[in-house]
Parts: sequence; C-alpha cells; structure tokens
Amino acid sequence: MELLYFGDKGWGDELFFATLMTIAVSITAMIIGFIFAALFTPLKLSNNKFLNSIGNAYTTVIRGVPELLVIYLFFFGGSGAIMFVASIFGYNDYIEINAFLTGSFSIGIISGAYSTEVFRGALQSIDKGQYEAAKVLGFNKYIYFFKIILPQMLRLAIPNLSNVWQITLKDTSLISVTGLVEIMRQSYIAAGSTRDPLFFYSFAAVLYLILTFLSMQLLNRLETKYSKGY
Amino acid sequence: MDIELMISSFPKLLNATLITLKLLSLSLILGLFIGLGFAILRMNNNKLINKFAYGYSYIFRGTPLLVQIFIIYFGLGQIEYLRTTFLWVVLKEPYWCAIIAFSLNTGAYTSEILRSAFQTIKPGYLEAGRSLGIPSKIIFTKIQIPIAIKQSLPAYGNEIILMLKGTSLASTVTLMDLTGVAKYIISTTFKPVEVFIVAGGIYLFMTFIIHNVIKYLEKKYGFQT
Repeated sequence: MELLYFGDKGWGDELFFATLMTIAVSITAMIIGFIFAALFTPLKLSNNKFLNSIGNAYTTVIRGVPELLVIYLFFFGGSGAIMFVASIFGYNDYIEINAFLTGSFSIGIISGAYSTEVFRGALQSIDKGQYEAAKVLGFNKYIYFFKIILPQMLRLAIPNLSNVWQITLKDTSLISVTGLVEIMRQSYIAAGSTRDPLFFYSFAAVLYLILTFLSMQLLNRLETKYSKGY
Repeated sequence: MDIELMISSFPKLLNATLITLKLLSLSLILGLFIGLGFAILRMNNNKLINKFAYGYSYIFRGTPLLVQIFIIYFGLGQIEYLRTTFLWVVLKEPYWCAIIAFSLNTGAYTSEILRSAFQTIKPGYLEAGRSLGIPSKIIFTKIQIPIAIKQSLPAYGNEIILMLKGTSLASTVTLMDLTGVAKYIISTTFKPVEVFIVAGGIYLFMTFIIHNVIKYLEKKYGFQT
C-alpha cells in the first residue's frame, strides 16, 4: 500500500494527476469530436451525392480502421505536416507538437465519427411533422433549429452519446504510446521503476472502472433531465 | 506521395495480416464459449452466481483492452507461483497472452449480446416445447440456442469488427501484426500517410467482408417475427 503514498515515497500523487490528465484528454477529445460531428452530420444527411459520400467516407474509414493506426498517423504525421507548412514560410527547424494536442485530436477524430452516427440517427428519428409544423408556423431558422429540433434531438442522442463517452474514455489509454503521461503511461513508468507491474496495472484498471462508473451516474442524471417531458 | 513505398510495403503488410486474422479467429472462437458460459450464468437464479457473471462483464467492459493485455502479459509473470506451473509455458508467450486477453474481453461483450438475445425469446416458444414434452436440455440446445444465435447476429457482427480493431493492440506486446508492421515501416521511413493508406485499406477490406458475410447470414437465417 505504501506504493500509493503521496509525495516522494509513493506514486499516489503522480497517479492522481495522471487521472486528471485522462479526464482532460477525454473531455477535449469529446469536444473536438462534437465539432467534427457538427461538420459531418449535415454532409451525411445532405441530398447532394458528392457531399454525402464525403460524410460516409469519414465515418466508414474511421470506424473501420484501428484506433492505434489513426494515432500513429497523427503522431508521426502531425509534426511532419506542420513542418511542411512552416517550410513554405521559410522556417526549417524541427517542430514538435504537443503530445496533449496530438492525442486529443486523434481521439477526437475517432469519437467524432461515432458522434456523427449518433446525431444522424437522432435527427432522422425525429417525426417529420415536427419539421413541417415549424415551417408552417413560419419560425425563423434560429428558433427552428435551436428551440425545436435540437432539444428533441438531444433527448434521443444522449443515451448513445454516453456510449461514445465510454468508448472515448477507454480509447485515451491508447495515446500512452505517444508518451503523454495519462493513467496508462504513468502506470507503465511506475511499474518499470518499482518492478511491480501487476499492482500498478490492476490499479490502473480500478481507476478506469471508477471513472466509467462515476461518469455513468452523471450521464444517467442528464438522461432523466432531458427526457422530462416524456 | 511515395507510390513505390506503398507497393513495396504491401506484401509485408499482407503477411502481417495473417497474424491479425489468426489472433482474431482464435480469440473469437474462445470468446464465444466464454460468452455463452457467462450468459448462462447470468440467467441463473442464484444471486451470487448472477452477480459474479455481471461483475465479470462489468469489469471487462469498463476497462480499456490495453490495461487487460498489460495485466496479463506484464503482470501475471510477476507471480512466482505461476512461473512454476505449466501455465507459464502459455503466459510467457506474448501471442498467447494477447489471445487470452482478447478472448476474455470479447467474451464479456458476447455474454451481454447473448444474454439479451436469450431474454428476448418469446416465452411461447418455450411453452410450446414444454407442452410437447421435450426435455429442458433439448429445449435449450435445439430451441433457445438457435433462436438466440439468429437474434444476436447483427450485434455480434459489430463485435467482430470491434475485435478486429482490438487485435491491433497486440502490437503493444511486441507482436508483429498488421498494425505492428505498419508502425515499424512508419518509424523507419517517416512516411505515415502512405503506410496508413495501405494498412488502413487492408483493415477496411476486412471490415467490408465481415460486414457483408454477416448481412448474408442475416438474410439466410433471418428470423421473421
């Protein structure tokens, strides 16, 4: 148990901050995912065949390729792409991008593909009459979307979004391969220096279980809040 | 775009795909048995057995697959006692460690899929079986299991695709599967985009095949209710 002491003796404080890092990466990735979903959901619902195929390509490729491969693409390719842009402006030194940004961006793209599917499904299952009624009553576009469609969509989307959150939270363990110190990476370091991998990896599993359990409780509350009217 | 690299790395990646497929098929078969076992335990009336099966699936579904592999590969070797038993022959090989972790993981998901499939079987079928005087063992093997398999096909297809992506984690325990070889080529040539296109293409092709096979099976054995 003294392995978990706070301070110099144990790994308690390191693991605590690593847990905060995992939460921070998951939330950032989730937000980046929402931005991607906001861009690609309209494409997937569009009648234009070209736009539609772009939206479909995004969700199919990302959901069909392992997360680890996507992370390697951004980990090795990210700084290369930025250096290429910088070299156009005459800057030729090596640029290293922040592991936090690469990590949350690559996980964000993955969670965005899942969120896109969730939003598409939710938008499609809203009764057509709702769209027609809003149009007939002559609401402007702002009220039409934010006051009529969005609240109904959220009620349908939240249960599935909490699944996406669980997937995203577990996927963040994969960015430990890029060296970002989150739960998995910290356990790896601690296991290496104390030669006690069984304890530290099991403790990491417990930390993940606590995170998934707590976030499920919160999301269930949100779910009941948004389905009040039903 | 380095087309030459893409062409030269294709056979290497295709070779590594064999290991990916081996990992996938073995862990799916083992996982199906584990899943079926735990699904049966979940429907047991004994509360303790029920809680045990629920705990199993909760733990394996609530933690990342990476943690599970690391516990089995790095963690279990630490127990002195295990090193003296015959289990050590299996546990010192990263290949078998990966298969154990994958089977236990997919077993947890499969048990949930099968449980919900068993629970949605209409009671009428079982009553019909009972009233015909069929013994409960045969009702289970000849009525419940075939119906459950048919009903769980779509969800199980998703699980196969998730597991295909999951096998990429074998590369973290030194196995050279498709992702492992792709990473090796990327880190020696620093051409991530080209390698990603080839390796990703192979993965997408496999997903496409799995998706269509499941679709075909669904149509063939499709269950009209």
